[in-house]
This record gives sequence, C-alpha cells and structure tokens, in this order.
Amino acid sequence: MVVFHIERRGGLPAYLQIVRQVERALRMGALTEGDKLPTAAQVAAATKVNPNTTLKAYRELERAGLVEVRQGAGTFVTHVPQPPASQPQSRLRDGLTAWMREAREEGLDAPGVIALFDTVLAEAFPANTP
Amino acid sequence: MTVPGPAGTRWALEAHGLGKKYRRGWALRDCSFRIPAGRVCALVGPNGAGKSTLLSMATRLTRPSAGELRIFGAPAGGRDAMPRWAYLAQDKPLFKRFTVGQTLRMGEELNPGWDRAVAERIVRAGRIPPQARVAELSGGQRTRVAFALAFGKRPELLLLDEPMADLDPVARDEMGALLMSEAAEHGTTVLMSSHLLGELEQMCDFLLVLDGGRIRMAGETDELVPMHTLVTGVTTPEGALPDALAAHTVIETRTAGRQFTALVLRQGPLNEEWQLTEPGMEDVLLGYLRSPRAPALIAPTAAPAHREDHAA
Repeated sequence: MVVFHIERRGGLPAYLQIVRQVERALRMGALTEGDKLPTAAQVAAATKVNPNTTLKAYRELERAGLVEVRQGAGTFVTHVPQPPASQPQSRLRDGLTAWMREAREEGLDAPGVIALFDTVLAEAFPANTP
Repeated sequence: MTVPGPAGTRWALEAHGLGKKYRRGWALRDCSFRIPAGRVCALVGPNGAGKSTLLSMATRLTRPSAGELRIFGAPAGGRDAMPRWAYLAQDKPLFKRFTVGQTLRMGEELNPGWDRAVAERIVRAGRIPPQARVAELSGGQRTRVAFALAFGKRPELLLLDEPMADLDPVARDEMGALLMSEAAEHGTTVLMSSHLLGELEQMCDFLLVLDGGRIRMAGETDELVPMHTLVTGVTTPEGALPDALAAHTVIETRTAGRQFTALVLRQGPLNEEWQLTEPGMEDVLLGYLRSPRAPALIAPTAAPAHREDHAA
C-alpha cells in the first residue's frame, strides 16, 4: 500500500500532494491495477490530513481515470498510465536535463535555477500564475 | 462524508442571531452561521473573542441571551440534542482517583449509546493499562482517555476547546492523528477551537473566525483561502499604495521602503506588474485577525439564509 507524506510548508495544497504522490507511485510501479488506496481514516491516522481532503484527492484521481471509488469497498487503481517511451514528455525531459547540466556548469545553484525557471514559466504561461 | 442524515441534519450547528450578554457586555453578538455535517471546523480568534462562550452555549453550560443555536436541527439546550454531541473541555476534567477502566465504565453507565469497542480501542492504542489511575497519567495519556470518553459516546458532533494546547509535540501529533482518523471512521463533525493555526490548516476544512464577539469569517477553507492573494509591488513616489489596489478589498498592508505587501480579497483581475502569491490558510487568518476593521467574509455555505433550507 502507498504511504503519503504531506508537506505542511510545501505550498501545494494537501489534496494535490496526494494526487501527485499517487501518480508518482503509479509511474514507479509502486501501485498497480487492482491495488487499493488507503482509506481516508488510514491517511488521517498517518498524516493528520482531513478526511475530506483525501476524498477530494481520490475524486480528482477518479476524474483522471486512474482509480475507481467503490462505495463501501474502497478506492482502487483501475488504470496505470504507460511510461511515455518515445513521447514528447521524454524528449522534453532530456532537453531539460541537458539544460540543467549547462546551468550548473555556468555556475548557477539550485535556488538560482528555480528563480530563473519561475520567471520563464510565468512568461510562458501567464494565465497560470496566481 | 457530508451524507445528510434524517430530517434537519444537514447542518451540524446552526446559529441565528445568536448572542450572549454578561454583566460586562456582549460576549457574543448577532452571530448567524451554519456548519455542514461531516466537517472538521476550526474555531479561531484571539482570547476573549467569544469562542468559549459559543462552545458553552452549544453544550448547555450557558443559555443564549438572544437568538438561537441548533444542533442537527434541534435546540442546543434541549433533550433531543443531548445524545448527539460530546464536549471536551480545555482542562479535560476526569476523576483523578479513578482508574482508566473505571473512567470508561463511568462513560458506559452515563451514555445510553456507549460504544465500548471504540473507547477501549483508543485507550489500548496508547498502551495505557486499564488499572492505571488518571492522576498517574501523562498529559498526552490523559487527553487520550478524554478522547476515548468523547468518542465512546459516538457523538455526531464533537466540540473541543483547545484540545492540543497543553501537549508536547509528540503527543500533539498523536492526538491530531487520532482525532482525524476517528472523525473519518464515524463521519463525526468536529468543531475545535485552537490557536495552532499551522496545525489547523491540515486538519480543518471549514473555518469559523470570531473576534470581539462577532463573526469575522465563516465558510469552507477551500472556498475562502483562494479568494485572497498576497500582492507585492512598488509604492507611488509619495510612498502611498497604488490606486489600482483600491479596486480590491485590502485586508492588510505593510510597507517597507518603496515596497508594499498587501493581503487582498480579489474583486477582479490583479495588476500584472505586481508579484502575486497564493497565501496559505495561516496567512489569511493572521491577516484578518491583525486587521479588526477588515470586512467580515461569510461564504454562502456558511450563511443560514432561508427558512425552508433550514427545515429541509
């Protein structure tokens, strides 16, 4: 079973942290089709996260077609996204890795990279910045 | 988790024009709000804001001077409401000379709907021996026994006054987890007063903010918090806030040199020259509590409007 870790100072809402962690567990193979996700009470016992937050995350995952919420039985993985072997994501990742290496060689540290990334991100997706 | 029960139970707690006047004046005045069933609601405000007065009216310790308070549709002071709530006072009153086992047996004798399994499970999970005397327990253990008594009653509404205030960090973490998981297990509505804003952020999905005996904010966390933005920008050459900011409801501002930071309730798109960040629940709560003159914010979910809605 997957174990969630909720960052209180992460900036990301707790329900999104759960969504991301399930997605990651699916990608890494830690969760697979038919697996049951922890109940809201189990997540609450482990992380103090409000049960409605967990349910909200599960509904979000259900909308994305990754899990199914079965009344009274629990929430189950129904679909494992295929690893994007030759898809644009992997190409973009390679490009970013190369860029990251270059940035380090230029002498940029991690906070510098993040600041630069945030600036460019805001320029590229103006609608998404708060 | 917000499953409506029998008639009138969609709202765990509902106040209409609720007020309480003591000799020195109104401790709580003209409060109208409602908390949907199944929520974990934070009751926040400075000392003397009226939090304890509200809790004591919900638990029959005091009677309202004005208006009414209902618990799952039934008058809070009445017999019908009694079995539906449990209250955990800040000092967690337990008989010191009782053993843990005797304490639970007392819970069983006093409460018709007593759930022995739940109460014993909570005590056992803390590895507290039933023969231990209450006086010998640590603060965390005593809180756990008090929680066992409260949850053993199988309340639909659990009212807590500063439940974590006197606990060390480990006990606090443990009690938070216990509270959340038991509430999830039974779909219990929780109303909990606390000053620990950081911890409430994770645990609560509903907010009730009191200050000076009035409601400052009420509604779903997910609804209220994202209505706000933290704005950082440059002041006018005279050092004043830019006029464009006045298009929004400014809750709080600070200026340092030529830079200003403001917590605003957005009333439309914000100027793109400003740096905008999303505040957390704690940022928003502190902003309102530091600015007593900022307007109250009550979300439609939390405002008891129509009578037919109430009776449904």
